[in-house]
Amino acid sequence: MRRVAVIGVGCSKFGELWDMSFRDIVLSAGIEALEDANLEGREIDAIYVGNMSGGRYLAQEHISALIADYAGLAELHIPSTRVEAGDASGGLALRQAYMAVASGMHDIVIAAGAEKVTDVGAEMAMDILSSSADREWEVFCGANLPALFAMIARLHMEKFGTKPEDLAKVSVKNHRNATLNPKAQFRREISLEVALNSPYVAEPLRLFDCAPISDGASVVILASEEVARKYTDTPVYISACCQASDYIALHSRRDITTMDAVVYASKQAYKQAGIEPKDIDVAEVHDSFTIAEIIAYEDLGFVEKGRGAELIREGVTELDGEIPVNPSGGLKACGHAIGATGIRQAVEIVLHLRGDAGKRQVDAERGLALNIGGTGATAVVTIFER
Amino acid sequence: MLPRFWRKIKYRYNLVGTYCENCGTYYYPPRNLCPKCRRKSRIKEVQLSGKGKVISYSIVHDAPENFKMMKPYVVALIQLDEGPVITSQLVCKPEEVKIGMRVKAIFRKYGEEGESGIIYYGTKFVPDEKIS
Repeated sequence: MRRVAVIGVGCSKFGELWDMSFRDIVLSAGIEALEDANLEGREIDAIYVGNMSGGRYLAQEHISALIADYAGLAELHIPSTRVEAGDASGGLALRQAYMAVASGMHDIVIAAGAEKVTDVGAEMAMDILSSSADREWEVFCGANLPALFAMIARLHMEKFGTKPEDLAKVSVKNHRNATLNPKAQFRREISLEVALNSPYVAEPLRLFDCAPISDGASVVILASEEVARKYTDTPVYISACCQASDYIALHSRRDITTMDAVVYASKQAYKQAGIEPKDIDVAEVHDSFTIAEIIAYEDLGFVEKGRGAELIREGVTELDGEIPVNPSGGLKACGHAIGATGIRQAVEIVLHLRGDAGKRQVDAERGLALNIGGTGATAVVTIFER
Repeated sequence: MLPRFWRKIKYRYNLVGTYCENCGTYYYPPRNLCPKCRRKSRIKEVQLSGKGKVISYSIVHDAPENFKMMKPYVVALIQLDEGPVITSQLVCKPEEVKIGMRVKAIFRKYGEEGESGIIYYGTKFVPDEKIS
């Protein structure tokens, strides 16, 4: 296995991008990444793209070739591959690209993630996202994604004493961080009171506990260590990229307050990187719902099971805390462009490790990204280091 | 989507699950392969009792299109007495629901696909007052 470096990153604006098509969005992220890596385009050996549901959001399949085509790479005839695991699709694309470079198969590979959701209505958009859960045995009963995460939150509250205020604090923190991120969808601070008084979506989750469903695209360019030196003086290395799976439906799991896929993927990643959870300086985690961020603290080993809420109460995961989590604003406030999210998280961590994160810059040598699919049936944990 | 629903009518209407004779575990929704025994699975269909208790629940306010008429409605994870946990709806007042509450299965309508489309029926649960 060869050491793999990130040599370029790019990210579109996240949000309701009414005047941009799927192709426009992907291209805006791609060009930014090429400029960042100082590549012309012809150096690229392969593309992996994470996209959850071009078929239902756009009635467009064969996204892989479409992206290569509109990125101006059609005449280079390079392999382009789409991967899918619900909203962990981006994480999968990153891992496929990582393996392609690590194995020696390719030298320079693009990992992209993209989703265009606003060409369908908001209700349809949620129905499509909910198909990352079990359509026949969960969603059929009216248990869409918010309802499923609500049941996780309810049991976490019952078992461990997590409070609605703890969930709201995650939302307040992520909104505050997003004010410093020019790419973020929501760039306004919210008060605890506003979060706690927003309407219920699925009790105990309120509007401000739920990430939006957004348009957006992100790109990272990976290269072998040797090749990376030719293009950048500030490579960021991927020291582990691990993926795990679990039962698709919550009702089949051992314990719904733990995402076993996250536990497995992160343990493997720490082992491969030769580090422990306490060695992580900054993390981007999958806060599709606020409860998911609190559970991520526990399942990633930042704190023991049941005590996740303490980290948000004590400010440990704030921008100036011990382990800043979601400095970008997370899915909640930066936006959740489904298939793009896993790559967007990687972009954020790379910016921090290079010292390019602007006003939200944290002091970090090592960062972690956690991307999950649906209610946690897929997890991808990636560890980056300077 | 009609054949997809029709195939599962037996399991949805009557709460028929499966049982692995190799390890003694019950499954609902039914599985053709036991995840504990894999190739050693010895699966047969069984009628489940329909009695159980609430593990967790949510009251859904922002309802998907097909469920708008029912909102707010209660979804729950219910552990059946045989062991498996099932996602279903609870037919009761939202303020009645509690974790640990005993419930029993009933046959109810879930929704329909437009004016002339298929009507979805299935299993829901109600509070089992005799016990709780």
